[in-house]
Amino acid sequence: MYKYDQYDHALVQARVQQFRDQVERRLSGELSEEEFLPLRLQNGLYLQKQAYMLRVAIPYGTLSSNQLRTLSQIANKYDKNYGHFTTRQNIQFNWIKLEEVPDILQLLANNEMHAIQTSGNCVRNITTEAFAGVASDELIDPRPLAEILRQWSTVNPEFLYLPRKFKIAISSSEYDRAAVRSHDIGLYLYRDEYEEMRLKVMVGGGLGRTPILNQLVREDLPWQHLLTYVEAVLRVYNRYGRRDNKYKARIKILVKTLGVDAFSQEVEQEWEQIRDSFAELTLAEYQRVSANFTPPAYKKLDAIDLVCGSWMARDNAFSTWVQNNTRSHKVDGYVSVILSTKPGPYVPPGDVTNKQMSAVADLAEQFGFGEIRVTHEQNLVLPDIRKSDLYTLWKILDDLNLATPNIGLLTDVIVCPGGDYCSLASTRSLPVSREIQQRFDKLDFLHELGELSLNISGCVNACGHHHIGNIGILGVDKKGEEFFQITIGGVQGKNSAIGKVIGPAFKADEVPNAIDRLLSTYLDYREQEEPFIETVHRIGLLPFKERVYKSAVKESA
Amino acid sequence: MENTIVIVDGVATATNDDPWNSVSLYNSSNLAAYEIISFVNWQEHLDSQPSQDPSKLGVSLQPDDDPAVLAPWISTLPLIVLEFPSFRDGRAYTQAALLRTRYGFKGDLRAVGDVLRDQLAAMRHCGFSSFNVRKDKSAADALKGLTGFDMIYARSVTNPEPLFRNRIL
Ligand code: SF4
Repeated sequence: MYKYDQYDHALVQARVQQFRDQVERRLSGELSEEEFLPLRLQNGLYLQKQAYMLRVAIPYGTLSSNQLRTLSQIANKYDKNYGHFTTRQNIQFNWIKLEEVPDILQLLANNEMHAIQTSGNCVRNITTEAFAGVASDELIDPRPLAEILRQWSTVNPEFLYLPRKFKIAISSSEYDRAAVRSHDIGLYLYRDEYEEMRLKVMVGGGLGRTPILNQLVREDLPWQHLLTYVEAVLRVYNRYGRRDNKYKARIKILVKTLGVDAFSQEVEQEWEQIRDSFAELTLAEYQRVSANFTPPAYKKLDAIDLVCGSWMARDNAFSTWVQNNTRSHKVDGYVSVILSTKPGPYVPPGDVTNKQMSAVADLAEQFGFGEIRVTHEQNLVLPDIRKSDLYTLWKILDDLNLATPNIGLLTDVIVCPGGDYCSLASTRSLPVSREIQQRFDKLDFLHELGELSLNISGCVNACGHHHIGNIGILGVDKKGEEFFQITIGGVQGKNSAIGKVIGPAFKADEVPNAIDRLLSTYLDYREQEEPFIETVHRIGLLPFKERVYKSAVKESA
Repeated sequence: MENTIVIVDGVATATNDDPWNSVSLYNSSNLAAYEIISFVNWQEHLDSQPSQDPSKLGVSLQPDDDPAVLAPWISTLPLIVLEFPSFRDGRAYTQAALLRTRYGFKGDLRAVGDVLRDQLAAMRHCGFSSFNVRKDKSAADALKGLTGFDMIYARSVTNPEPLFRNRIL
């Protein structure tokens, strides 16, 4: 875990004071709402339908037990006993009072957290994958560079009023679990043939109403140039990005309009002028930050744990959970455990209660090294669990309702808060997710379907990342009525793909049937163990379309 | 200009009698010292009055102007004005940083337009040295935006070295 030093502490403390003063000026009427808006946004505060929502940054999805307890305390004291984890590894509190925000920020600052730049047209929370530092397929731990980027982008005076929000993700493993390709800047970190750390820089990705994957702008960038290169990209964007139309303001539009070659040329030209400046990273800084991420004191264990193995043989439910909800670890005898926040239709995905939070914080200390991660899929992770502890842990998690063995399956839905909370929504996405979870609640069937991602967004802003779900659902408003458009074939990761629309949109109550038909088409056509997405790629959209719409016609006839 | 904050030798003060004036109607034969003209007029002016001393005039750039256009006069111009059509339009931050770091502008760099207290610190970091505060707000009050804690991690015009090069552990 990164530990704040005197500078980090000073900055967040000062920010609390500054915002306390701004809130006072707003409450006294000295600041108009229009003037206050960008200030509150840069502190993560949105005005939603019924209350303020505060989005707290969880840099690259990493929390200590103490920090999670702090979040639990906030949920308990200032909200309705829960918080909502987001796809960008942050947490949102939905029922916040403006006058209490300074106190919440104070509590966060005292525990090395903040809400700086979690919204607004600036560089947002830097994300990476939830298994950073522990994944068995990891090349290099991406957290030190993510932290360096976090610091660089925090209150960077030149880039606080960009044309639009700006998201950066970094990943360094065989599988990209950070949705790097749909970020404004996506970074893949690797070692070259001389073992030097290098970066592949991709720019111009984003979902929203114009979904585009980012494009390669530079390969083999030595890590020392990370900050200067990102600075060059942002400078080009700040100067030339569109500001006249909010829907054309993301950097993806600039890259598309100029063409990636011309865009890259601009960036390179800018970079040539600043590459060898003081902003070039030093080894000393890299080592200083890396020292915060040294591996904890792992025990020397056998790769195979007999106790765990025999429980798996005896207890089917446990075995299913182990297979679905754990991930391999780089250290023998350990695994990472994923806690599902999606136990069923009665809990909105990503919502975790204050009691669950503090219990998980305790478990992280009892069984791990006091650390918790947040995944892009809105679940939690205990990264360092001994196999020998799995059975005990599973029992406890089950009591906490966090052991549903559905990670990576249909009901592990990603869904945005939608019309129940969000003031931009065109539809209510949560009821749709609820209906689907209700309809497909048989675990056997889910396991039979296998790996399948279902992502739901309540409007074109695509916070639920529907474009990159194997099945994506997008809510649209047609003359005051809610409709849902279905896409299939979306993929996240290194081979990212944007899903394709299968046909006319459905009313909310028709969605589960449509999904059902998509699934039965898949089951009919799949070859051996082929996952859903591969069947889609192999046979194309047509068989799915035909089944979904023909039977729909028959039904209504 | 009224309602203006100027930073001299690191000290910011609010003033109502700053000598500079924006010219509303440009007339090349009729320019006095301390007048500010747009870049387009500036070019016209140089063509029609090549003998006039440029060191008495200020030039203002629009957010989409490339600051490089002023490079030939950078050492003689006493004042460059950058516009904030809205405080959310951040292009002038980059223009300012470029004028200071790339083109070596040493004169007064002024922010005009939607210039408000809560953005002043960032503006100063990017190299602005004076601020014409929006009419309905008080410059004296806006001064508070330049006091207090002001650390940043990245390098800026005010801190040419980023924090990581100077971090004392
Ligand atoms: S996708 Fe739309 S409805 Fe959902 S959270 Fe984003 S803006 Fe709100």
